[in-house]
Amino acid sequence: MKRKSLPQAKLDNLAGHLFIAPQFIGFIFFVAVPILAVIIFSFQDRNLLTGTWEWIGFDNYSFMFTKDPYFYKVVRNSLFFSFGLIIMNVSLALFLALILFQNRKGMVFFRTLFFSPVVTSTVAWVLVWSFMLQSDQGTINQFLKLIGIQGPSWLGSTGWAMFSVIFIRVIKNVGLNMIILIAALKDVPHDLVEAARVDGANTLQCIRKIIIPMIAPTILLVIIITLIGSMNVFDHIMLLTAGGPSNSTLVLAYYVYYQAFLTNEIGYASALAVVLFLVVLGLTFLQWNMRKKWVYYEQ
Amino acid sequence: MNNSQKLPRLLPRWFRSFLLYLGLMLLAIPFLFPFWWMATSSFKTYKEIFAYPPTLLPESWHFENFITAFTYQPFGRQYLNSLYISLAVTAGVLVVSSLSGYAFARIKFKGRNFFFILLLSSLMMPPEVTIIPNYLIMNLLGWTNTHIPLIIIPILGAGGVFATFMMRQFFITLPKDMEDAAKIDGLGWWGIFWKIGLPLAKAPLSAVAIITFLNSWNNFLEPLIYLSDKTKYTIPLALTGYIDAYGAPMWSVQMAATTLSVLPVLIFFILAQQQVVESFAMSSVKG
Repeated sequence: MKRKSLPQAKLDNLAGHLFIAPQFIGFIFFVAVPILAVIIFSFQDRNLLTGTWEWIGFDNYSFMFTKDPYFYKVVRNSLFFSFGLIIMNVSLALFLALILFQNRKGMVFFRTLFFSPVVTSTVAWVLVWSFMLQSDQGTINQFLKLIGIQGPSWLGSTGWAMFSVIFIRVIKNVGLNMIILIAALKDVPHDLVEAARVDGANTLQCIRKIIIPMIAPTILLVIIITLIGSMNVFDHIMLLTAGGPSNSTLVLAYYVYYQAFLTNEIGYASALAVVLFLVVLGLTFLQWNMRKKWVYYEQ
Repeated sequence: MNNSQKLPRLLPRWFRSFLLYLGLMLLAIPFLFPFWWMATSSFKTYKEIFAYPPTLLPESWHFENFITAFTYQPFGRQYLNSLYISLAVTAGVLVVSSLSGYAFARIKFKGRNFFFILLLSSLMMPPEVTIIPNYLIMNLLGWTNTHIPLIIIPILGAGGVFATFMMRQFFITLPKDMEDAAKIDGLGWWGIFWKIGLPLAKAPLSAVAIITFLNSWNNFLEPLIYLSDKTKYTIPLALTGYIDAYGAPMWSVQMAATTLSVLPVLIFFILAQQQVVESFAMSSVKG
């Protein structure tokens, strides 16, 4: 009886807050507090094993930008990894999508096939590849030897390691982008392409002048999703190269782990984590705005 | 221009189709071959997996690797660990995300936009950002080397936020008429959510369930950091543990264990491919 007399607005407030309570309390404990802590730690010299710490102001940051012999290498590797990944992933995804979105026999079968690594665990996928890519006795090089090619040490040479990591990751994840692009391609009005065909445009022209511009927003979205995802490469790096050889695959996410749990410098690792956080935060808001504008038509 | 347009037409139709399928099959090799190699290597002897020339099928089928996989470490136990952790995480995420996703979509409450943007900030946050304080908190509570952090952090932390977004996106597009009618009939928010909203949300709920289960089943970083006891390991961590006394990987045993871990997921995927693919397309925030 008493509840009925509460005004609707108050009821709404109460219900809303109760409904989001589990998520929000969790957010405070496992996201907000940890992020604040990471920011605070980043101004400390703190050791994981001994538990000792002291305030050192901006020393971690100034060390990062001026003294750390690895940091710029990490930045360069991360950029190289992200851009290499985006170019290979998105162009392959687009290529596959353009073929497989058609209503031809067997297209669904191939879609399933190209998607299957996406559901496979990264660890399993990476272990199989690291088995196949060993230098001398590795499967790939054994097959290459059959046709008279001496394969390189795919994961053990500075020239090939990063490329191999990118390749393994692209094959693993390209199916997801392919599916998103296929969905977009199915929404391209058919009569538009037909009309261009009647006017004498060939397939390539139709793709370049009509289809690509129509799905450009989705392509952009896919690029940003891939970019954000590329920040999260821990499993691949850890199990394929552990950042080597000669740090040629040392990227930011792995470097945070390395500093925190292998050298126990959690103060400095926190400063690195703050950098990672800011990059991803900026990209997330960029993506959200685009998605709102172009992809989901919310009321 | 006319020439380039007519050139492909010169080839007969069946030949162009043939080229297309041939090309697709060649392209499929790097996607399929790892599965093939993983499965066949697990039946080979240690000698044969490095044999030259390489053998596409085992010369003789050996099942010892599968037995060794279970005797070398408690793989059966680790399998069960992964199973129950993933199920617990999935159940928890479904409850938390459907509740808050519904509230964000339908209920007008104070601070809704503020809370929403706050959540949004963690939508795609890599776990590396918060892993240090989370580890220290769990250590303080005495929960390291237990499964507690592997269950509660994915449910309540940044990992579950994508599910809330999916649920919100779904509820926002749902027509309001039924809910309005129920409101007039005097049903409260809980009643509307439970009796009307939730029963209509089977598709997004199953999408959330599929993706959450796979994420948890495949998770590597958190178990690596929190667990030290082999009996408490989850599968991905266990797979990296087939190392002999000299530090060299026991490849054939490892491939056998990897096959056992990948097989149920692949079978499920093949049986429910449409739904799995749609779930990923719906979430489309991971990649």
